[in-house]
Amino acid sequence: MDDTAVVPAPSRVEQIDSVVIRFAGDSGDGMQLTGDRFTAETASLGNDLATLPNFPAEIRAPQGTLPGVSSFQLHFADHDVLTPGDAPDVLVAMNPAALKANLSDLPRGKTIIVNTDEFTKRNLTKVGYTASPVEDGSLESWQVQPVPLTSLTVEALKEFGLSRKDSERSKNMFALGLLCWLYNRPTEGTERFLKTKFGRKPEILAANLAAFKAGWAFGETTEGFAVSYEIAPAPAPAGTYRNVTGNTALAYGLVAAGHRSGLPVVLGSYPITPASDILHALSGMKKFGVTTIQAEDEISAIGAALGASYGGAIGVTTTSGPGLALKSETIGLAVSLELPLVIVDVQRGGPSTGLPTKTEQSDLLQAMYGRNGESPVPVISPRSPADCFDAAIEAVRVAITYRTPVLLLSDGYLANGSEPWQLPSVASLPDLHVDFAPEPEPGAPAFRPYDRDPATLARPWAPPGTAGLEHRIGGIEKADGTGEISYDPDNHDKMVRLRQAKIDGIDVPDLAVDDPHGDADVLVIGWGSTFGPIAAGARDARKAGIHVATAHLRHLNPFPANTGDVLKRYRRVLIPEMNLGQLSLLLRGKYLVDARGYNQVRGLPFSSAEISAAITSLATQIEEGY
Amino acid sequence: MTTELGMPSVLSGLVGVPHLTADDPKQTRKNFTSDAEVRWCPGCGDYAILAAVQGFLPELGIRRENVVCVSGIGCSSRFPYYLDTYGLHSIHGRAPAIATGLVTARPDLNVWVITGDGDALSIGGNHLIHALRRNVNLTILLFNNRIYGLTKGQYSPTSEPGKITKSTPVGSVDTPFNPVSLALGAEATFVARTLDSDRKHLTSVLKQAVEHRGSALVEIYQNCPIFNDGAFDVLKDRDEAQARLIRLEHGEPIRFGVDGSQGVVRAADGTLEVADIDAAGLPNVLVHDAGNPNPATQFALSRLDDPTLSHVPLGVFRKVARPAYDDLVRAQVTGAVEANNGPATDDDLAALLAGKDTWTVTG
Repeated sequence: MDDTAVVPAPSRVEQIDSVVIRFAGDSGDGMQLTGDRFTAETASLGNDLATLPNFPAEIRAPQGTLPGVSSFQLHFADHDVLTPGDAPDVLVAMNPAALKANLSDLPRGKTIIVNTDEFTKRNLTKVGYTASPVEDGSLESWQVQPVPLTSLTVEALKEFGLSRKDSERSKNMFALGLLCWLYNRPTEGTERFLKTKFGRKPEILAANLAAFKAGWAFGETTEGFAVSYEIAPAPAPAGTYRNVTGNTALAYGLVAAGHRSGLPVVLGSYPITPASDILHALSGMKKFGVTTIQAEDEISAIGAALGASYGGAIGVTTTSGPGLALKSETIGLAVSLELPLVIVDVQRGGPSTGLPTKTEQSDLLQAMYGRNGESPVPVISPRSPADCFDAAIEAVRVAITYRTPVLLLSDGYLANGSEPWQLPSVASLPDLHVDFAPEPEPGAPAFRPYDRDPATLARPWAPPGTAGLEHRIGGIEKADGTGEISYDPDNHDKMVRLRQAKIDGIDVPDLAVDDPHGDADVLVIGWGSTFGPIAAGARDARKAGIHVATAHLRHLNPFPANTGDVLKRYRRVLIPEMNLGQLSLLLRGKYLVDARGYNQVRGLPFSSAEISAAITSLATQIEEGY
Repeated sequence: MTTELGMPSVLSGLVGVPHLTADDPKQTRKNFTSDAEVRWCPGCGDYAILAAVQGFLPELGIRRENVVCVSGIGCSSRFPYYLDTYGLHSIHGRAPAIATGLVTARPDLNVWVITGDGDALSIGGNHLIHALRRNVNLTILLFNNRIYGLTKGQYSPTSEPGKITKSTPVGSVDTPFNPVSLALGAEATFVARTLDSDRKHLTSVLKQAVEHRGSALVEIYQNCPIFNDGAFDVLKDRDEAQARLIRLEHGEPIRFGVDGSQGVVRAADGTLEVADIDAAGLPNVLVHDAGNPNPATQFALSRLDDPTLSHVPLGVFRKVARPAYDDLVRAQVTGAVEANNGPATDDDLAALLAGKDTWTVTG
């Protein structure tokens, strides 16, 4: 703070090890921005963290209503953070709808900071309150901090000559300032951010800065906030860090893969929530040789990507579940053409339009089997927002090494959630150099586009433009080797098996098991974004004395070679999934193991408490002899 | 907010495609003929189109390995197998989408899309109109036989109303598309129509189409001898053709019929109609302007045609210059690379990954 009126060092500072804050307000209140800024300040302080944005599909649902509530949850700590937190310690409720929508998640005794200005009769009625819960005693089990956020903001901005409405817009910055004071967050980053964002609108910039500072000063000078908190940095390996969301990390991974392969990246995409941010990010990466084509539909998007791959580029398409359904036929063509292609599916609640802004893991079987014919496709899934970077590079590696479409299954939570990311050195990234089929010597025998590399079973990548390699390929079955049209029964049988063998033979690292006691009866195995909740839930269960092992599948097709051995080592296998048991079906079917599913489809990640309870219940059953 | 795209000029469709040099052996029709056995039905109009294309490609003087033929599904879409160039036989209706990605990634390729009335106008209608509006540098040959052939004889989106087919035993109730009208409605920059049986006209239209930079749509009336035989016979019979075919020549009055006795004139309601030139007067006959950026009159010309083929304009309806999509896309990428003083380095990538807000943990 450069304002001399604000003196740092509040009267009493308490040290705590972790906290979960949820900012909740109307979708127009700027809660996502507030959360992002608080997160950035927290990250730069060196706390470990995880975030969970949660917002409606409607851009501006009717103001003040329950469907219009947007929230942002942040969990930060002086130790390793694995989830965005099971339940908030602090709820910032900007209006009655935000209070009502979120109160049930807030354990009794926790803190509610409430914007009393918005608790008008009209706003209360909109969400079915007959009296203000702030005043009628119904919140007495919580610590309520009533703050007239709107009027304090308007008061703080009265010198700026803004309309009341414009002044009120800055109330999220007031709230941010207050929370930054309460948790001793640095403020320089937000000031810098505001200066960049509103550099061209000096009056708006001044108003936002003033509101932010007023919020900070309010915390410091108000008796209600006698205590502020400090959370020490979390121990982390030495290095340079930034905070990153899954969609950003995934886009960067694709750019890095292009850079390390020396091939241009061509993205064909059609806007769809929650994947569009990858299109936005990549459309700004032209200097890295990235081309983006916003196509007329999902089918055209993958068609353009496949056309680019045929031409020797890294073709990529990004989508969510409904779009993946539309792309099925073209993925099948890519399987038949045996060309590299990366299909990113940022999963959301389904079926059909489902829950566009909520997370789910229910496209696994679609990714595995959602095509006609025997059409195997490698499936890779990142486990955390930052891991989207490495998973994207791995997807490109598999695609260009094995000349196959690859499905990369992210999800809405990974896409919008964020965490600190230790920046890799560019030189340490995998070398993805790939050779195209060379121009043949004069007199060489005719080019055989379906001859295979004996090690990988990959066919040659022979983009147009090389003399002597002119050839015709398509979706009709091809003769082994020559690639000519073939309807021969034995050839088809052979080709189907060859395509399957190629995918089955992809080199995938062994499944690693975390079993600190070494004698666990229960194995919890998961994939994708359940990694964090499973790790946190197992940690809690172990603290309670339960011996439990965990494993995480990054590669879902093919599975690691030791998967069956690992599964058979444990008396019980528990598979938490945000679907009705899709990985369970695959593992049970392939390894004949009596895996138990633990399934939720609420559009939200598991809490660690839920996982820990499921582990405890299974462990207890074993003890009791079931 | 918009920005000036700053793209120049009218280029040939073949700019960027490597040409043969004086040292290279001369290419012939044989070089462009693949070993694959042609499997169309005897008498199919596709044979004539294939022969014309195989005969015409060597004249372009471009390197054979830089020619790519992309097709969808249907009888016409088997075309790529018979040309000894690069070829991609894709899936139903999607050839324009795949070709868009290919040509955007590869400015050194001469890319053809081969499609039919079902492939282009039914299942792939969306991709076709968007390729045309974007003006992707593609030559699109639409073989229109007004029937589904490969699925054995169902009505197509260009079949005439009332048509009896396997799937319309009491007559089709669909209103057909006029492919030229559709393309003009999508503001395609090059739109033409020709006939499978008129090799000379077909070749002359193809030549103009390939030299056009941007999407060139060529509708080719094509006979299906098995499921819709004789669909265009009235245009092939000498006397009938004279009364029906209107050959368009840019800058010339639009005349046809015996001794050019008929002409196209502006009707009272602003549309176009056919009139006796003696009655209407030669100065009132419309002079064809394929270069008019406003497609309204070109569209009106396309409406002279009807499902009974009473008057069929043939030739280039429209040929206007507009920057090609793929050129514009590449210009943005190369512009960004140039502004970066060359391809991105490891340091550029490291800076991207780091962003603006990092912190350091010391060990």
